[in-house]
Amino acid sequence: MTTVPGSDGLEDLLRELGPQVLGVLVRRGSDFAAAEDAVQEALVEAFRRWPEARPDDPRAWLVTVAGRKLVDEIRSSTARQRREERLHREPEQGPTEQADDTLLLLSRCCHPALSPASAVALTLRAVGGLTTAQIAQAFLVPEATMAQRISRAKRTVSGERFDRPGDVTAVLRVLYLVFNEGFTGSVDLAAEAIRLTRQLSAATDDPEVEGLLALMLLHHARRHARRTPEGAVVPLAAQDRSRWDTAMIAEGVDVLQSALARDRLGEYQAQAAIAALHDDAASAEETDWVQVVEWYDELVRLAPGQPVLLNRAVAVGQADGALAGLRALEQVDAGVPRRDAAAAWLHEQAGDLDEAARLYAVAAAKADNVAERDHLNRQAARIRDRRGCRGRCRGCWRARRTRRRPTRPRPARTRAMPPSRAPRRR
Amino acid sequence: MAVSETKETVMAKYLLLKHYRRTTGPANLPGTDVPMDQWAPEEINAHIVFMQDWAAEMAERGEYVDGQALEPRGTFVRYDGEGKPPVTDGPFPETKELIAGWMIIDVESDERAYEAAASLSAAPGQGGRPIHEWIEVRPFYGEPPVVTE
Repeated sequence: MTTVPGSDGLEDLLRELGPQVLGVLVRRGSDFAAAEDAVQEALVEAFRRWPEARPDDPRAWLVTVAGRKLVDEIRSSTARQRREERLHREPEQGPTEQADDTLLLLSRCCHPALSPASAVALTLRAVGGLTTAQIAQAFLVPEATMAQRISRAKRTVSGERFDRPGDVTAVLRVLYLVFNEGFTGSVDLAAEAIRLTRQLSAATDDPEVEGLLALMLLHHARRHARRTPEGAVVPLAAQDRSRWDTAMIAEGVDVLQSALARDRLGEYQAQAAIAALHDDAASAEETDWVQVVEWYDELVRLAPGQPVLLNRAVAVGQADGALAGLRALEQVDAGVPRRDAAAAWLHEQAGDLDEAARLYAVAAAKADNVAERDHLNRQAARIRDRRGCRGRCRGCWRARRTRRRPTRPRPARTRAMPPSRAPRRR
Repeated sequence: MAVSETKETVMAKYLLLKHYRRTTGPANLPGTDVPMDQWAPEEINAHIVFMQDWAAEMAERGEYVDGQALEPRGTFVRYDGEGKPPVTDGPFPETKELIAGWMIIDVESDERAYEAAASLSAAPGQGGRPIHEWIEVRPFYGEPPVVTE
């Protein structure tokens, strides 16, 4: 034992080691839920003892202690005793393959039998290594409630037999949900989702994993430009692009290129390609909207759905003009969230300010979050304030009206797109 | 499943409001609004135990956030200018809307919030029969999603 005074970095170390130790136990064949409990107990013990004396091999220490706790627990439940003890007498085979464990654990935590909320909570604890208290803070619920949510999730997956990693699609879905929660409490869930997707990407051979990682990086790169210091939403077109994280964009584009080069296109790669085209443009006007529309066409084919058609209609409005955008919007059902906001924007571009102001107000009343509601109310107010300005006011739509792009000649490809990956038009 | 076809956020919070008396919303069902002081003591106890069990079950499901009962007295207060004491008005026990208590739940969908509210409305009243009271369900504003394009 090496004596290390204090507990500097102890929390981070335990957070990193916890999921690894769980991976070892699960790979040896232990029941997932029981192993997760045992690892939590071992971490608590380490947290208590390591500030005095940190073991030379912290991970081996945790594996031993968690394994012992698991066996203790099993001894008290005789039904499973013989099988589990046999498993634990078997020696560990070779060095730990941490990379494989990531998918092994994630596919348990993202089991299709779990609700999205349960899968998210279990993933953050068992693979993310967050404490129940941290997860509770992130979702703004009491710790006791989050503890129950996690226990229920573990009961649901317990007894499911896992001999091989499950379907990666369900895992990607959960990681996407974690990312999209963003920064709701004291924990940066977007950064956490990126960390986990990065681990998964290193462990798997699926271009959609890279596609999702690229999508996350290409969006996360804009995080500092997405809100004003007062917390107001800044839409993509109005963001200060000098505040985008260029290193992260470059990494996202690289990851995307590598995924696309493998020629197994999927919805996350298509979404990432759209994000890359935005990240690639110096301004909203200079965006290659024609190619954005083509990627939306691809996305409609890969993952048809109303929100995709809605976003496509906005892109069509940019590529082919507001009237074409409004025609594309006719394919979108009336009840789809943000449809009124998109319609308002398209009417504004078409010069129908009364209708635009009316629709912005309707969209504000239907918004499901305060930031968007306030933004949409400001849009309605802005139009009502400047009606009759004849294009002389600063930032006015009349002054900013973009040149029409010629429709449909093959566009120059941006550097986000490799030559091998021409979006197919049908 | 397509990314675009599912909800953007995982869970959503709802405020469930119990009213002493409402001046807005649907009318109470006939015979279901007998005041508690006209119940038998054991009926009152059964009602309170039901409410506690309801909260415990919601917690066990991982859906409970918070809840409080409110006194019936309530006062309206407003600012009356620099240096002046606040102006108060009320209480208005007979004519104004009175909230008896609130619960906050964190659930997956509107449908699940309605199911939870309906189970709360089944609390026993006089004669042990469900009181069928109207519960007002109000969704919280959430956070905007990260990916919107």
